[in-house]
Amino acid sequence: MEQFIQQCVNALQWGSFYALIALGYTLVYGVLLLINFAHGDIFMVGAYIAFFVSTFLLSTPEPGLSQGMTLALTIPATVILTSMVGVTLERIAYRPLRRKGAHRLYVVITALMCGLILENGNLALLGAGRKALPELLEKHVYTFGNIAVTNLKLWVIFTALLVFVFLHLVVTRTRIGMAMRAVSWDKFALPLMGIPLDMVIVFTFVLGSGIAGLGGLLFAVSYPVLDPYMGAMTGWKAFIAAVVGGIGDIRGAFAGGFLLAFVEIMVAAFLPSTFRDLFAFSILMLILWKRPTGIFGIPATTKI
Amino acid sequence: MRAGKVFSVIALAVFLVSGTAQAAQTIKIGFPIPLTGEIPKVGESTKFSAEMLKEEINAKGGLEVGGQKYLLEFIYEDNEAKPESAVNVTLKLIDRDQVIALVGPQSSRQAVPAGSVADDNETPLISPWSTNPDTTKDRPWVFRAAFLDPFQAPVAANFASKQFKAKKAAVLFEISNDYSKGLADNFRDAWEKLHGKDAVVAFESHGPKDQDFSAQLTKIIAIKPDFIFLPENYSFAALIVPQARDLGYKNQFMGSDAWGSAELMKLCGNACKGQYFSTHYAAAGATGATKEFIDKYNKKYGYVPDDVAALTWDAVNIVLQAVRQGGKVDTNVRAMRRLVRDNLAAIAKFDGITGSMRFDSQGDPIKCAVVVKIDDQGEFTFVESVCP
Repeated sequence: MEQFIQQCVNALQWGSFYALIALGYTLVYGVLLLINFAHGDIFMVGAYIAFFVSTFLLSTPEPGLSQGMTLALTIPATVILTSMVGVTLERIAYRPLRRKGAHRLYVVITALMCGLILENGNLALLGAGRKALPELLEKHVYTFGNIAVTNLKLWVIFTALLVFVFLHLVVTRTRIGMAMRAVSWDKFALPLMGIPLDMVIVFTFVLGSGIAGLGGLLFAVSYPVLDPYMGAMTGWKAFIAAVVGGIGDIRGAFAGGFLLAFVEIMVAAFLPSTFRDLFAFSILMLILWKRPTGIFGIPATTKI
Repeated sequence: MRAGKVFSVIALAVFLVSGTAQAAQTIKIGFPIPLTGEIPKVGESTKFSAEMLKEEINAKGGLEVGGQKYLLEFIYEDNEAKPESAVNVTLKLIDRDQVIALVGPQSSRQAVPAGSVADDNETPLISPWSTNPDTTKDRPWVFRAAFLDPFQAPVAANFASKQFKAKKAAVLFEISNDYSKGLADNFRDAWEKLHGKDAVVAFESHGPKDQDFSAQLTKIIAIKPDFIFLPENYSFAALIVPQARDLGYKNQFMGSDAWGSAELMKLCGNACKGQYFSTHYAAAGATGATKEFIDKYNKKYGYVPDDVAALTWDAVNIVLQAVRQGGKVDTNVRAMRRLVRDNLAAIAKFDGITGSMRFDSQGDPIKCAVVVKIDDQGEFTFVESVCP
């Protein structure tokens, strides 16, 4: 039983990362119907930005910044810089295609290529050596019986929850959120209503990439070994999580992220760990088989 | 007159250039090594070590073979730490670059498939770091400079049962890595021989891209093993050890030679201090030629060379010794390869900086292993040496 609870804690922490990345996927998809395959790599860029910002801040001359101060400054800096990366991608890669009226398929392929460019650009720029994030948070291990939790894990789970609530409020309760929903309804009628389409899209990318940056930062603090390809696999899995949850739906991304993590962890925990991905993805396939639009998804009709 | 002078100068220049081109026939050796990917530090160490040796020899005018000096030419190709890329770049070095011998790949995951390519194409290959028996097994063209996993595993098992007074062992390894999987299997056999069946209480694996090991570790920790054996690359070890501590694990870890990278402590930090692993040599407290090598390397590159660097140094020297023993450099690459292979196979004993080694009929060295402890300064200090 204790082991089961411990595994649940593990799954909650691991799921938080999936959820944070999946939220970015689903936001962009919800608004633009674009699968932004570069998103996993934006997450990776976020982790590297966190690395550079924190190393820079820690290297300031005496008296220097304390760990807490560094973390407090690194979080906003990482979120802002990463969202700038996302916006730049939108500006130089997706917008020109949208202007030319390219089919969505081409934009998706462009996104895939952008991801590869980010990965390999990073490799070319920084070399293949792994980077280790300096310790920004003094770790405490709390034990309850045989269950161990670190303060870091609690922060990760709490942050994911907070981000979800924040996003949900933004999308459902604000004017810009209403505009975002409007874009996904009808991109062509929107400018006629006086809503600046590009601004809404940029805002979406700011939100999505900012969250990816935050996720990357937390990931780098939790798993402090960074490499240029770290975003690829995690990003793909988070995308699957978003689809299983019902892509385009914020609740779906959040639930899907945790669901994937639970399935992965529980399979590894109670079956031979060799079969983890085999079983995990078979289970997800069964869910999609039952509900092809995902848990929260609604079947959409195509207008001709 | 003037034109004639110019002409003669040009003619002389052409003659000189073509003359030197002929005299400067080089000895080409290829290195299919992991410059990027999962274990980039391994590739870097290989390259640094080989470059240092090459510069040293070329500064003296080259390698003397049969009374004539030949410059060395080393070609480095990136195998991305992937088996399929290792096969591709090995073929490229054999076919396009026409190398006479190959040094590398380093990790068994790439060395096993690349060895098969070299053997099929009749090109001698020596892997400095690969410890999986399959790399050289039934391959007359493939050699190595490291000891084997069936030897390393009992070393680790014996050491752990003596040092930790352990009875129950847990193992966590990477399923898709020949090195990790092979060593894990060998270790299980060795441990069961020592402490009876079921003495390995947990035998868990993970995939090549994993970063979270909490599920496997929770499972392992719940069984309360006396120690965890981690036959893992340093990049995984640096993630697994801290994660296990976060989950409340207090006992020891025992690592294998893939831990011994210069990058381990940078990535792992304090969590890895106090752990032990079996490896090829201990840099701290070395003497003689080994110390000389360490000092030279440290001066040139600014850090203490890891076991990969030392083994590469030995492996390249073994190849060069074979070339020297051949007594001539044949312009026919295929004939030269055969000459090098025959002489490699004929080397009975080699005194390297990672110890003295004798070669058996499979092309595998019989040499000592050492166990090191990661001390509080993060240095790998010698604990004991185990000889076959």
